[in-house]
Amino acid sequence: MNKVYPGVDEAVADIPDGASVAISGFFTAGTPIPLIKALAKQGAKDLTIICMQMGPGNEDINQLVINKQVKKAICNYPFYRSASRGANSPTEQAVRAGELEMEVYPMGTFTEKLRAAGAGIAAFYTPTGVGTVVEEGKEKRKFGNKEYLLELALKPDYAFVYAYKGDTMGNLTCHLTARNYNPEMAAAGKITIAAVENLVAPGGLDGDMVHIPGVYVQRVVKVDRPEYFPTID
Amino acid sequence: MAETKKKFKGLSRELMALRVANELEDGTYVNLGIGIPTLVSDWIEGRDIILQAELGMLNTGPLASQSEVEQDLINASCQPVTELPGSCYFSENESFAMIRGGYMDVAVLGALQVSEKGDLAGWQNPGRGLPEDIGNIGGSMDLAVGARKVIIAMMHITNDGEYKIVKQCSYPLTAQGVVDLIVTDLAVIEVTPKGLLLREVASGLTAEDVQSVTEPKLIISPDLTEIQF
Repeated sequence: MNKVYPGVDEAVADIPDGASVAISGFFTAGTPIPLIKALAKQGAKDLTIICMQMGPGNEDINQLVINKQVKKAICNYPFYRSASRGANSPTEQAVRAGELEMEVYPMGTFTEKLRAAGAGIAAFYTPTGVGTVVEEGKEKRKFGNKEYLLELALKPDYAFVYAYKGDTMGNLTCHLTARNYNPEMAAAGKITIAAVENLVAPGGLDGDMVHIPGVYVQRVVKVDRPEYFPTID
Repeated sequence: MAETKKKFKGLSRELMALRVANELEDGTYVNLGIGIPTLVSDWIEGRDIILQAELGMLNTGPLASQSEVEQDLINASCQPVTELPGSCYFSENESFAMIRGGYMDVAVLGALQVSEKGDLAGWQNPGRGLPEDIGNIGGSMDLAVGARKVIIAMMHITNDGEYKIVKQCSYPLTAQGVVDLIVTDLAVIEVTPKGLLLREVASGLTAEDVQSVTEPKLIISPDLTEIQF
């Protein structure tokens, strides 16, 4: 089973207007930059972007907002920490102008919504967010003495993930803290596209070290390692 | 909110971090939030304390030097870090499972406001003018709810001289009734069922001084001392 696409442009070519796209990465680490650039070039509009952040540590995502390709963003840490830097960022400006819809979830809820989607679970109860704005409009239920919120699974049409090493069957191994959202997003995506730094033939990966089993990955594309210095300042 | 003046000179951010570090027990798993809490890591090198980075790492090492930078190895503040013997890596989802699952002994977090009931407000400053239900929640709500003990490290009042230790939080909440201990530049205050217990004051300050910049009425510990290091 060979899932390799010739390049990032071919791998994202069929993403239609209105699609939801999950994009992995914790700030800079494990972010599939070449796929984001390809999506900006491809030009699909009215997208729902599911991503931890909309700019900080992930400057390439700004291009999607500048291109007006994003209708809605589902995030957990969308903005620059600095108010002055934020005021100049495309995402914050679009939100303030009412041009970009946004939903924000606590980080653990965000990732669990993706995990649930990939695992066939419709919803789950979490204690996080009780007594805060996060609980608005959600079912609250007591188990024992503690209150929990009902949160729904989140299943993206596409997921962009990143791996240090992968084989042509879609088995992936991540590197250090670049693993972060990649496994859950890979399982959640209806079509998961993996940007892989080191692409090997089947047998070239240690099966014991596979973090993302190939069953979750529909497309694999070889990319060069994007070089950057990790920072959000 | 009542206006108060910034009239006392207290601990530096580094010494606040040291005071927090002294509060941590050996043999514990600890998560440090962004800001002053991050500085705590400078004071626990060599101690038997394991730091979690919520993007998926246990036993996070010191910040990387220029020659040690590995772009795939960062902490939750997006700073390049190093690994230590026994460091391990996992997914973000597993990281938050261990946070909500109660495996973090302590979370040290920053705050915008803490109430006398231990309510924490730290993820959104309404002054920024964003819609009230969006902002950088990040991992703060999960950590506040999941950690067994929550220590807040923050300046005692705002730059504008407003109370940060308040009767009731006016900023959007991170979680209700979760704070156990507040370490500021001026004092160490414990949240108890009876109210806020003033345990320690910065050198040269009195309990009355600290009360004058704290909105709720403080209970003065009979063992009140100067902040010790």
